[in-house]
Amino acid sequence: MSKFQFPKSIASRPVYGTLAPRPGKAHLMIADAEGAEALLDLAAQDVGLMAKAHILYIPRTTGQAYTDRLRALEPAQFYVGPSFDAALPRLRRVLSDAHMGLQVYLAGTEGLMGRAAAEVAAAGIPLGAVQTEHRGSVARRMQCVHCKGITEDVTTDPFTCSHCGLNLFVRDHYSRRLAAFQAVCIDAEDPGNVPEPVELYK
Amino acid sequence: MTIQFNDETFRGDYSFRNSPWAIKRFPFPFHEDSYMYSVNMEQHRGGPAGSVYEKRFDVDEHYVSEMRDRALVLAEDPLRCQSLPHMTLAGWDLLELIMVSKSEDYPDLFELHRDGDRWRWVNRPMGIDDTFTFMDETTLPYGPMEYITRQTQGDFAVLDQRDDNLWMDAGMVTTQADWSLDFDIGMNFFEWHAPVPLAHEMGIFKRALKFLMNVQQGAPARRLNWTMTVNPLLDTSPENYHKWGIQKTELTPENIGAKQHLRVELQTFYRLPRSNALVFPIRCYLIAFQDLVTVPKWGRRLHRVVRDLPEELATYKGFIANRPMMLDYLSQYDDGLPTSPGVWPDLDTEPPLQK
Amino acid sequence: MSAAPQKTKAGAEKIEVIVSAVVPVNELVTRFEFQRPDGAPFPPFSAGAHTVVEMNDAGRTRLNPYSLMSDPADPGTYAISVRRDDQGRGGSLFLHRNVKPGDRMTLSYPVNLFPVDLRGRKHVFLAGGIGITPFLAMIAQLEKLGARWELHYACRNEALASYADVLTARHPGKVRIYYDDRKQAIPLGDLLDGQPLGTHVYVCGPKGMIEWVHRTATDHGWPEDNVHSEEFLAPQPGKPFEVRLCKSDMTIRVGENESLLEAMERCGVDAPFLCRGGACGQCETDVVEHEGEFIHRDHWLEDDQQASGTKIMPCVSRFVGPTLVLDR
Repeated sequence: MSKFQFPKSIASRPVYGTLAPRPGKAHLMIADAEGAEALLDLAAQDVGLMAKAHILYIPRTTGQAYTDRLRALEPAQFYVGPSFDAALPRLRRVLSDAHMGLQVYLAGTEGLMGRAAAEVAAAGIPLGAVQTEHRGSVARRMQCVHCKGITEDVTTDPFTCSHCGLNLFVRDHYSRRLAAFQAVCIDAEDPGNVPEPVELYK
Repeated sequence: MTIQFNDETFRGDYSFRNSPWAIKRFPFPFHEDSYMYSVNMEQHRGGPAGSVYEKRFDVDEHYVSEMRDRALVLAEDPLRCQSLPHMTLAGWDLLELIMVSKSEDYPDLFELHRDGDRWRWVNRPMGIDDTFTFMDETTLPYGPMEYITRQTQGDFAVLDQRDDNLWMDAGMVTTQADWSLDFDIGMNFFEWHAPVPLAHEMGIFKRALKFLMNVQQGAPARRLNWTMTVNPLLDTSPENYHKWGIQKTELTPENIGAKQHLRVELQTFYRLPRSNALVFPIRCYLIAFQDLVTVPKWGRRLHRVVRDLPEELATYKGFIANRPMMLDYLSQYDDGLPTSPGVWPDLDTEPPLQK
Repeated sequence: MSAAPQKTKAGAEKIEVIVSAVVPVNELVTRFEFQRPDGAPFPPFSAGAHTVVEMNDAGRTRLNPYSLMSDPADPGTYAISVRRDDQGRGGSLFLHRNVKPGDRMTLSYPVNLFPVDLRGRKHVFLAGGIGITPFLAMIAQLEKLGARWELHYACRNEALASYADVLTARHPGKVRIYYDDRKQAIPLGDLLDGQPLGTHVYVCGPKGMIEWVHRTATDHGWPEDNVHSEEFLAPQPGKPFEVRLCKSDMTIRVGENESLLEAMERCGVDAPFLCRGGACGQCETDVVEHEGEFIHRDHWLEDDQQASGTKIMPCVSRFVGPTLVLDR
């Protein structure tokens, strides 16, 4: 599937690249849904890489579509989980005794890459050293600046906060620490005047 | 001089007022009749007697009331003050900088007695007399940054310097021009300025970053920034925008002189010695349009600046909708006469309004 | 805004000091300790900082940067350790031969271009020879903060291993010394592979050692941001050349044994500087016109900037050719 070209944006918005093998004794790969395609492409570039790799994969809407192909790469460790939250204890365990030189590869939705990157950064790997490749849904993980609640998989602008119910518009301002874009009340100066939601990037 | 502290509010009934003294010393930010971004940095080594630039940390008539407002904000939302774990040392640096500066600059208001690590701090206006151990967090009621910035006017961004960038890793932010510390904490210089229009393309932030990374110990710097606020609301936070945003629509030709405020930030920059961090105090001064136009030069000039400001900037600063009404009001105070260069009021040399 | 415009001064703020002790450490290295004439405390500093020592060498002003090696928590004393360089430009020789206890000197405020990353879970210091000096301050600071660190220190031989005895005695288990004459070497590859996430490595020593550490760390998958180094460049002598300074409206000649920055200072041109070692960027100067070749030696300008011929760092870089016009 073709990759989505995000429009040029402001300096806080993450920019994603294309995964490439790097030297290192251990390789941690975290992907969701179509992000599996990026891992398959990565494996094709370096036949020896998977023998040193630990893959954490969350298929989400893609179900079984990619799991067998990923398993066929014969990674040193392979985990398939139902959600990022379910995978989190395992991820933290892996990071807790990893060594410097660990290479991290993230692929899939912005929400998954953002959350995984924040965990990895908290463990001590600078974000500039983490590779990312966007695949699949362009939905965004949004934080309501008012109630601080996170709404996952937002696909329209404006949208309704899933916690406090305010009508929010989608900003490009992004916090790597929170792994979320900022959402701000759209009708504060004219309560009730909320434009029709439009699909993101349309 | 002894300062008479006002008993006033920055919310609800908005009883905030500037005395004639405060109006005259207001840090008017426009040195000419137009405005565009620039890296308008200069050294922060005093200024004319009585001006807001004279002392390292200016204390004025609003001090006690501003600190009361800050305590209210923090009680409602503790996330307005945060410090990432590696920034505690910078917090101690900041505490020392402020305590030493204020006790030297305002000996009648503040005292610092140091006996080795044993420090006694007296803050008369706020009725504080605390003894603690320097560098021992367990001897203070809050972390060092929070403790001292609950007693110092202005917001504080504490920036870690590493990897050729500055990182906003700690701060006390309750009098901000619509940005969220909780959202921006941990960001680098370019990331937290990302929403500012035009300036990135102009290379402003690259130059500013180079300048700031070279601010050295013993050689602080300063600049001014400005925006507009309806009502003397210090806490124009994004967190509460859904509550205060509506106030922007309550301007009328009758109330605009009293309600519309020019909001000026005196930003200073200090290298912190032990941590090599940079602290960025952002002091907010508010003035009602009706007070500002009592200085004829400022009335003339503000009209011209607001009139000619590029649309992107008026939008970013949040007053595009109110600009026509602001211009109707301000044009009454612009008689077309030339203005003297520089920011000072020049009350003795500039002619009174000729209409 | 210009509330009270002031011109930016060249260099950092200055501190008048008295030399309180001159202590030979070994055959090549001497420690100089300073106090303030009025007994006042020094400004606190962050470990890794240097100070620029101002020397009046028979009418010629010398300005050399040295790492502060004293305990940052001790405001009573600043100390530097200086290795005598018999082939150098003379700053270290002047200090070794002429400076005595009781002398008055001028230091700059501390400037830190080699700070500790306080987020680090662990700090690994790699020192070569006199490169030990910034680590002495870092160790003192990290001990107070209770942080994890270890030092690997390569020296030519036992006699020249400055402070190795003190460090080993004070911090057994955290300090390893490697002697060249015993064919010992820092086992860098294994050392890098074994570190927990969040470790930072700092290297200070000869140019070759710094390059070796950066290269090996990259080969072992380390992020660039976790590898820190500081190398002071001394200006190298070169062929004399002429420079036109258009703002000052004068043409000056840069002699064989002085830097472009020093030549400007000698001619009374107020040029900005901080580190005088090609690292801080403060002296960056625009080139208005040139005909000839630049000898860029700084760590500041990007490769494309150096190639463009539009910028020069006068503290370490030189020029060969008939015409050079600078915006200074």
